[in-house]
Amino acid sequence: MTVVPVGWSVPQPLRVARVRRESADVATLDLAPASPFVFAAGQFNMLYVFGLGEVAISISGDPATADRIVHTVRAVGAVSGALTRLQRDAVVGMRGPYGSCWPVAEAEGSDVVIIAGGLGLAPLRPAVYRVLARRRHYGRVVLLYGVRGPADILYRSELEAWRRRLDVDIEVTCDHAGADWRGNVGVVPALIPRIPLDPQHAVAFVCGPEIMMRFTVAALRDRGLSADRICLSMERNMKCAVGLCGRCQFGPAFVCRDGPVFRLDRIAPLLAIREI
Amino acid sequence: MEGLERIVLEHPFFAGLGPGFGAAISGCARNLRFASDQYLFREDEPANEFYLVRHGTVALELHSPGQPVIVIATLREGDILDSAWLVPPYRWSFDARAAELVRVLGVNARCLRDKCEADHDLGYELMKRFVGAMGERLRATRLQVLDVYGTRRR
Repeated sequence: MTVVPVGWSVPQPLRVARVRRESADVATLDLAPASPFVFAAGQFNMLYVFGLGEVAISISGDPATADRIVHTVRAVGAVSGALTRLQRDAVVGMRGPYGSCWPVAEAEGSDVVIIAGGLGLAPLRPAVYRVLARRRHYGRVVLLYGVRGPADILYRSELEAWRRRLDVDIEVTCDHAGADWRGNVGVVPALIPRIPLDPQHAVAFVCGPEIMMRFTVAALRDRGLSADRICLSMERNMKCAVGLCGRCQFGPAFVCRDGPVFRLDRIAPLLAIREI
Repeated sequence: MEGLERIVLEHPFFAGLGPGFGAAISGCARNLRFASDQYLFREDEPANEFYLVRHGTVALELHSPGQPVIVIATLREGDILDSAWLVPPYRWSFDARAAELVRVLGVNARCLRDKCEADHDLGYELMKRFVGAMGERLRATRLQVLDVYGTRRR
């Protein structure tokens, strides 16, 4: 599952080919690579804003599309804020891809439950593309997506297109909503008891805020899904991205090198340790 | 088995309930239908009934003067609505609106409370189920109020 390129420590300048405003503080940037870009679903890149600094951003595009590198960024700090304000034809530095990936190939033959919270849909979207591209090789496919409110829903048109397919079960739920929202209101873990799930033949990919993942894992375990069938994408501050600086240390692992995608049975004891 | 008793026993909230209990509950029950946007009840009204959702979506709403309505949860087929009937002052603390056509089984609260007083086995069985459901709602509400998507950002 681990794919760690070595020696990719110099950012390459890339042009911003397209900017889409997903919500008030979230933008999706398409970068134009000079040569075909290959990555695995779940990996991330280090994006460098000249003069400001570098941040780790998950790749949110289709792994089958090699001529565009897509990242969805939320304005949180100085660098990510600057990324969301970039205009078309701006230039950013990029190095990557780094880290481990969702085991989408290994999941063939199983049902797949994809559970995203907030911006966690971004690193999961490449996995959705991969699964849908080879849809007949999977059993039931379920996507559960939780957001703060309707205005925060990412990739809305794509979600609507996926929902129109007859072979994907999609549930979007908001923490809060106005009376005009016709969908579900509540938290993602509360949806899990309702989904069709055969725990012997299903795998779950989960990404979102860590506390949301903890509650989600508990609900999946309640449904009988074993820890080796659950994968999480962990988030820690990353600096070097190649397992040298230790900034993203997570117990005995480095999130940048050994993650960000981990199988639950490998990290479950760490999730309960507050100091980590 | 009578129709209402069958509906009670088939509802997920009462899964595994003994038939004697099913008859007692269904003796207090009636079928109800609410059109889209019709209110099942309003905040501070007496909680004279509780509801087993059989079909459709119910939006639980809070109103604040001068503010848009906030939907705090949606309930669907298999859910219950709610526990205000169980303990004094027996008043609803939010509005419940049918977000679409909704069919419910309404259970008369006074009738069922009296039966629970007369048969503590029934009361204990109901209490276990309601406490479990309230615990789940409390856990979900805690996660909601944490506003995890607003503070933990990727």
